[in-house]
Amino acid sequence: MLTVVLAHALAACVAPALVHRVGRWAFLVLALVPAATFVWALTWAGTVTDGGAAVSVTEWVPALGLDLALRMGLLQWVMVLVVAGVGVLVMAYCAWYFAETPPASLAGFGLAFTAFVGTMLGLVLADDLLLLYVFWELTTVFSYLLIGFKPTDRPGRLAAMQALLVTTLGGLAMLVGMLVLGQQAGTFRISEILADPPAGTATTVALLLVLLGALTKSAQVPFHFWLPAAMAAPTPVSAYLHAASMVKAGVYLVALLAPAFAGTPGWHPVVLGLGTATMLLGGARALRQLDLKLLLAYGTVSQLGFLMVLVGIGTRTAALAGLAMLLAHALFKATLFLVVGIVDHQTGTRDLRELSGVGRRMPAVAVAAAVAGASMAGVPPLLGFVGKETVWAALLEVTDGTRGDLPPAAGWAVLVGLVLGSALTAAYTLRFWWGAFAAKTGVAATEVTPVPAPFALAPVVLAGLTVVLGFAGGVLTDVLDGYADQLPTGEEEEYLALWHGLELPLALSAVALLLGLLLFRLQHQYCRIAARVGTRFTADAAYRVVLRRVDRFSVEATGLFQRGSVPTYLAVILLVVLALPGAATVAVLTGGTEGGPLGVRLWDSPAQGAVALVTVLAAVAAARSRRRLRAVALAGVTGYGAGLIFLLHGAPDVALTQVLVETVSLVVFVLVLRRLPPFFSDRPLSVRRWWRAALGVAVGTAVSGFLLVSANARTARPISEAFADAAYDFGYGKNVVNITLVDIRAWDTMGEIAVLVAAATGVASLIFIDSRTSGIRRVRDIPYPRDVTKLSSQGGRRAWLPGPRTLSPERRSIVFEVITRLVFHTVMVFAIYLLLAGHNLPGGGFAAGMVAGLALMVRYLAGGRYELDEAAPVDAGVLIGTGLFVAALASLGPLVVSGEAQRTYDVYLYPPLLGEIHLVSSVGFDIGVFLVVVGLTLDVLRTFGSRLDRHILREEQARDRGESIDRQAEAGRREGAAPR
Amino acid sequence: MNVSLVLVATCGVLVGTGVFLMLERSLTRVLVGLVLLSNGVNLGFMVSAGEPGEPPIYGSAPTADMADPLPQALVLTAIVITLGTTAFLLAMAHRSWQLHGHDEVQDDVEDASIRRLADADETSQGYDLDDRDQQGDHASARPEEDRG
Repeated sequence: MLTVVLAHALAACVAPALVHRVGRWAFLVLALVPAATFVWALTWAGTVTDGGAAVSVTEWVPALGLDLALRMGLLQWVMVLVVAGVGVLVMAYCAWYFAETPPASLAGFGLAFTAFVGTMLGLVLADDLLLLYVFWELTTVFSYLLIGFKPTDRPGRLAAMQALLVTTLGGLAMLVGMLVLGQQAGTFRISEILADPPAGTATTVALLLVLLGALTKSAQVPFHFWLPAAMAAPTPVSAYLHAASMVKAGVYLVALLAPAFAGTPGWHPVVLGLGTATMLLGGARALRQLDLKLLLAYGTVSQLGFLMVLVGIGTRTAALAGLAMLLAHALFKATLFLVVGIVDHQTGTRDLRELSGVGRRMPAVAVAAAVAGASMAGVPPLLGFVGKETVWAALLEVTDGTRGDLPPAAGWAVLVGLVLGSALTAAYTLRFWWGAFAAKTGVAATEVTPVPAPFALAPVVLAGLTVVLGFAGGVLTDVLDGYADQLPTGEEEEYLALWHGLELPLALSAVALLLGLLLFRLQHQYCRIAARVGTRFTADAAYRVVLRRVDRFSVEATGLFQRGSVPTYLAVILLVVLALPGAATVAVLTGGTEGGPLGVRLWDSPAQGAVALVTVLAAVAAARSRRRLRAVALAGVTGYGAGLIFLLHGAPDVALTQVLVETVSLVVFVLVLRRLPPFFSDRPLSVRRWWRAALGVAVGTAVSGFLLVSANARTARPISEAFADAAYDFGYGKNVVNITLVDIRAWDTMGEIAVLVAAATGVASLIFIDSRTSGIRRVRDIPYPRDVTKLSSQGGRRAWLPGPRTLSPERRSIVFEVITRLVFHTVMVFAIYLLLAGHNLPGGGFAAGMVAGLALMVRYLAGGRYELDEAAPVDAGVLIGTGLFVAALASLGPLVVSGEAQRTYDVYLYPPLLGEIHLVSSVGFDIGVFLVVVGLTLDVLRTFGSRLDRHILREEQARDRGESIDRQAEAGRREGAAPR
Repeated sequence: MNVSLVLVATCGVLVGTGVFLMLERSLTRVLVGLVLLSNGVNLGFMVSAGEPGEPPIYGSAPTADMADPLPQALVLTAIVITLGTTAFLLAMAHRSWQLHGHDEVQDDVEDASIRRLADADETSQGYDLDDRDQQGDHASARPEEDRG
């Protein structure tokens, strides 16, 4: 059975390609899939009518207990035949309906239609509530795509959206109901729930929610309005959606649940009440439509209400009638829609005021429509009449009190309602046929292009079936009993037949037909009265009002909360911090801790106190500073202060990194700030500033409070107590912090260097704008200033530090150059030392990378941007990428050896002269970190250094040329393009 | 465990001044605030790490006397990430200056327009169900028959 659904999915996937290749004929090929399904279902006829079922269970999500459970009992079998059978005919019809040169969206249409058939089959076959829900919503999605076939067509778009919103609303309610139902029953398998139905308040609520889903899907009052609107879809879609599938899903679900749950409180009032109301409202609306298709759409609404009542009653006779009517409806409604499609296609209009004498030009179509219409109206000897006879019998049973939980009065009310509804049905059927085919006085005969025979095939076949099945009452009774027998029987065992004798049901049928005829004769008067008393308030208007309210609410809510101001957002976040964790902290601090009083002392050491004082003063001064550079420098002071405190705390690695990072940041700040104005823009001394200060003080105090509380809140022993031994035994190193970074918590470090890569890339993108790099230009590549002798920088007698010669003399600092010459190599060697020694002593990849970065920085500061390229003639991006790759390789390498990522190995080497060398595999990871950090520094220098130098130079040259500085600056700002 | 009040107070001041600066609109100020805040939070790790101890180098001191290595490793990565963030924000400040001539964070224009809609009690721009051009829109809007 799963194959059936999957075959449709597969066909849907190839549909677009097929449509591209052979155009509209693709539908004939695609129709083979539902055709095969139809034949497959027929092969099961014996088993299913004998009370058996086809079952298939495939495990899907075992953790959720969700299986692909499919089951085809009799009800499902009938639905499969309807869905697949009508599907075949409608798809074949499509091949003639669409233009020979199909619109571009036809490929997508083919996909959606085939997929829709498949999901509809899945829906009726599903034996799991959740699986059913999945298919249910999939039909919603595909129907949305089918109704909105022409995206440029506003009515179509709105109708599609309306169908989507209404049915999804019901679908979500249904999901909740299904979850509750599954919980109550202890299983989601539908066959098991039906075999042993739960009861109780929760079940009642759950069922009402599920009914809401069914009512919206089947367009019952007050959710009926989406269905007439959905006729904006192409006619084959309407035929299929209204006749065989989508809207039948709700009826199917009620029919499925009725045997087990029809006695649930609330079931009958909802299903019978709304069903009857829907039948009357739909019929009354249908009778005054001018558009043939719209007339049929309202007719469908009416018929759905009818079916809902029948399958919802919950007696054997009603179920028999319900299934027969379901079958009859599928046949006649599909026929009628397809007929409208043909009329529309061949005449160019669906307005019944313009059509005249069409019947004579397409007699076969007119006869098919007449047969189908007669079946809909309940005229013998057609299937519709056979069904209706049993309908009346079923309702008369109810008035006798066959179902104890249904009072006879209710039975009478429903009976009267349905007879009236049937009269309306007969009336609008006559109006339909008259409107489409009759020759009208005073209207010129409509021009009709001849109908190709295959185009008319589908409606003729369906109409034929309506006649044939009308005489097959006995067989139908035998077959459908497989479902109906689950329900209580009345005094007599009813059966489907053309002739039951001269009894009350026959009289009721006659009354309905005669009333219908009368109504049709009075149709114009009826329309006038209906137009006068028609209320302004419609369900569709209510829908608009609701949507408008929702939209307005979202605008108000967005306007209130999304102020668009970053400081406001930040303030809100901080206020929440104060309100929740802050309040909790105050409670703990005032209430006393469980572990005794807080242990506090003034300081850990006097040195700590001294450093802290300087740090605090610097922080306050930084906050008050109006000069950018001063603020940055003071922030740097707090950084160095923090570094000293780390050192005093016994964290040399952290201190080393902190100091190096602070130095690099200071230089970077200065490089950028030279481009920005020296002062912050003027800030008026406003109330807001005091608010900011107050918030700052409050948050600072709160954080101090958190720290006090949290430091005294520890109850367990720290996990890191075992780190020292683990580091030595498994990481083969003595520096516990470094081993933590490259081994114990290496994935953490991996993530962190990935962040660095992202940051570096972001910086480069923001400064270079349209490329990752600026390219590397060595000193030998550029023309020297005229007054400088060109020295060779290649081979032989090579000038060390050639870069400064590219600078103008007043920018050079000889002392700086000399120092650079002296220290550069030493610093680089020190960096390598830190990298390798970091395993056992303070150091490691981060510190080493920073030191190397500082060495490059010195070269840049001494010799300018060409010197930087001399010092590091590599692309920063390449360096960073290599680093990330090396680190990943070092992490995953051990996976190959031992099946464990990031396992560390060591080896001792004893080369001559050098003595013992201890090689540890995690050094590879550290080398990766090193490369990333060096790359980051290089990127920062290339962007904030070299690139900004170029901006400045260009502006100076422009000024020299006497051009307008403003204009140049303007150009400079918009710049970002290629270098000179 | 004895907590150093000086250390706690230093964290508090760094965080407080950081917050004060981050609430400003000038990106440079925000950045300085971020640096202060980061330093404060990093110091906070030392508070939770417990009392000072010997550097955690295996073999150089008894394990019991060593400072807790885990917070140190966490802070170490945090410091380097702060550098990356600083660089990125600086690039943004510079770009903002390039484009607008200042480095102030502006209010979002889209949000302001939504606020105007809210003040004027209007629907959003995406809302298209209004009655303004409903003619021929769909079923219920079609004229119904009133003559023969």
